[in-house]
Amino acid sequence: MRTHRSASPWLFLAPGLLVVAAFSLYPFLSTVAHSFTDARTLTEGRFTGGANYRELIQDAMFWTGLRNSVLYVLGVVPLLVVLPLLLAMLVQRQIPGITFFRAAFYTPVVASVVVVGLIWVWLLDDRGLINALLDGLGFGRAGFLSDPWLLLFSAMTVTVWKGLGYYMIIYLAALANVPRELHEACAVDGAGAVRRFLTVTVPAVRPTMVLVAALSAVNAFKVFSEVYLMAGPTGGPGGEDTTLVMLVQQVGTGLSGRVGYASALSVVVFVITLGLMLLVLRANRREDA
Amino acid sequence: MSERVMARPVRARGRAEREDGTPAAVPRGRRAGRRPPRWSLLLRYLLLLAVLALTVGPFLWQLSTSLKGPGEDIYRYPPSLVPHRATLANYGEVARIIPVWDFALNSLKVAAANAVTNCAGAALAGYALARMRFRGRRAALVVFVMAMLVPVESIMIAQFVTMRELQLNNTLLGVVLPGCIGGMNVLLMRNAFAGLPYEVEEAAFVDGANAWQRFVRIALPSVKGTLAVVAIFAFMGAWDDFLWPLIVLSDQSKFTLTIGLNFLHGTFADNQRLVAAGTVIAVLPLIVLFACLQRYFFRGVGEGAVKG
Repeated sequence: MRTHRSASPWLFLAPGLLVVAAFSLYPFLSTVAHSFTDARTLTEGRFTGGANYRELIQDAMFWTGLRNSVLYVLGVVPLLVVLPLLLAMLVQRQIPGITFFRAAFYTPVVASVVVVGLIWVWLLDDRGLINALLDGLGFGRAGFLSDPWLLLFSAMTVTVWKGLGYYMIIYLAALANVPRELHEACAVDGAGAVRRFLTVTVPAVRPTMVLVAALSAVNAFKVFSEVYLMAGPTGGPGGEDTTLVMLVQQVGTGLSGRVGYASALSVVVFVITLGLMLLVLRANRREDA
Repeated sequence: MSERVMARPVRARGRAEREDGTPAAVPRGRRAGRRPPRWSLLLRYLLLLAVLALTVGPFLWQLSTSLKGPGEDIYRYPPSLVPHRATLANYGEVARIIPVWDFALNSLKVAAANAVTNCAGAALAGYALARMRFRGRRAALVVFVMAMLVPVESIMIAQFVTMRELQLNNTLLGVVLPGCIGGMNVLLMRNAFAGLPYEVEEAAFVDGANAWQRFVRIALPSVKGTLAVVAIFAFMGAWDDFLWPLIVLSDQSKFTLTIGLNFLHGTFADNQRLVAAGTVIAVLPLIVLFACLQRYFFRGVGEGAVKG
């Protein structure tokens, strides 16, 4: 490679840098700046110091949102770390028709979250398929979409269902790197399938499990669409099911949107997201050492 | 740090393809001796079918609902997946109530624009980062990494305000712009270019080809696979996006399909047949697109990986 003294590298970089600066970095800085003001959609706002953050701590809705977002991480991450791994092991072997199954298992990933959400609303409806089956089997109907707690779990189910295929592909790659000899040696020693899974497969794909945990945790924490679609724009009765990002959207948009306050909420979302990522990556580094 | 996160699955994915795609890589003789018993293969297929029912079943149920006429009880027990007398009437009805084809056209415009801008912008920037040496290269790289790290959800209000200042709220351009060149795509393209052997370009340089010519004639044709991945991801991402269009668009005539569906769901929640027809219209093109491109798609992921 030779050093360019001309402007040509910058001409190549210009569109990308411009877009990223205008629509990612500048908004980020302005979010931080706005979070210290009382700006609204149509007014600039004055500097109010930490007033937004003080208000946030006393805001019951903030705590509800935070609780739901954290619950979402706790509920979704273990399932998304384990289930796609099992799924990947299922589709790993090259048997006739396996490419079809892989692609089919990936369909929920391809579909829009809105489509997926509406499909599940229909399945979980009071008169929907799942309740009809439950009723038919004599269990009675459950308020999957009306009970605040059940609704949150229903939304988690949808998130897990939609995420399975995506993480399956990541695991498939990792599994291909597990040396077959190890499995065979283990089998010769008389280890059963479960034993081999725990002593060979899991240690070999552990870095990938950490990666999946990080990705799914960050995504789960930012959940919006699933809950929005199933609980409605206000997050169910009394906003019981509102998540943090839903709150940002509710508070910050519209003609009377409180941009300043929503920005403070956004900063919290950003800090926690970053924290989650660092936490998992740090665990990973210790693993590598 | 984040680069590591990105690089890892992608690189690994490539190996998966190689191993799975060509089973010959495994010494045949050794495996032939211990073929898995027949019942274990059968069990595997049974499990595969069970998962298939779980992942694809809900889509089929939705499709089935959309085909049931008003004379058929969609809440019937036991439920029937096959409509008694299949009808397309619900699709006509949806199109009569909301301009669903206009929404689809809006989605198509947004998604196509996103695919094109991401391919072009990310390829240009990725090429410069991978193939040119200049002052400030590291700084430029850091900018893209940082952009990738900032979650869209935490800057959407500021983006919304920015769009208002640019008078782009409630336009499709406003929907496209924030995601039109993704930091992650730039890094993907950079990895793909970095993996190409340098000698060919060196030869072209000696022959007097300038940077642009080397980029267009030599480098770009070698990374078609990664370009395809970027295009597919960008297209799908834009077609499926919900949160950002929901924030930017307020005028019904500008709605994309996802926003239109949400509107349909809110207004006609009682008529499940119509909502079902709407979702099928939104998801079918993508499934077809994916089914057609999935070979290319997986191969492309592999290409970026092996060489990156």
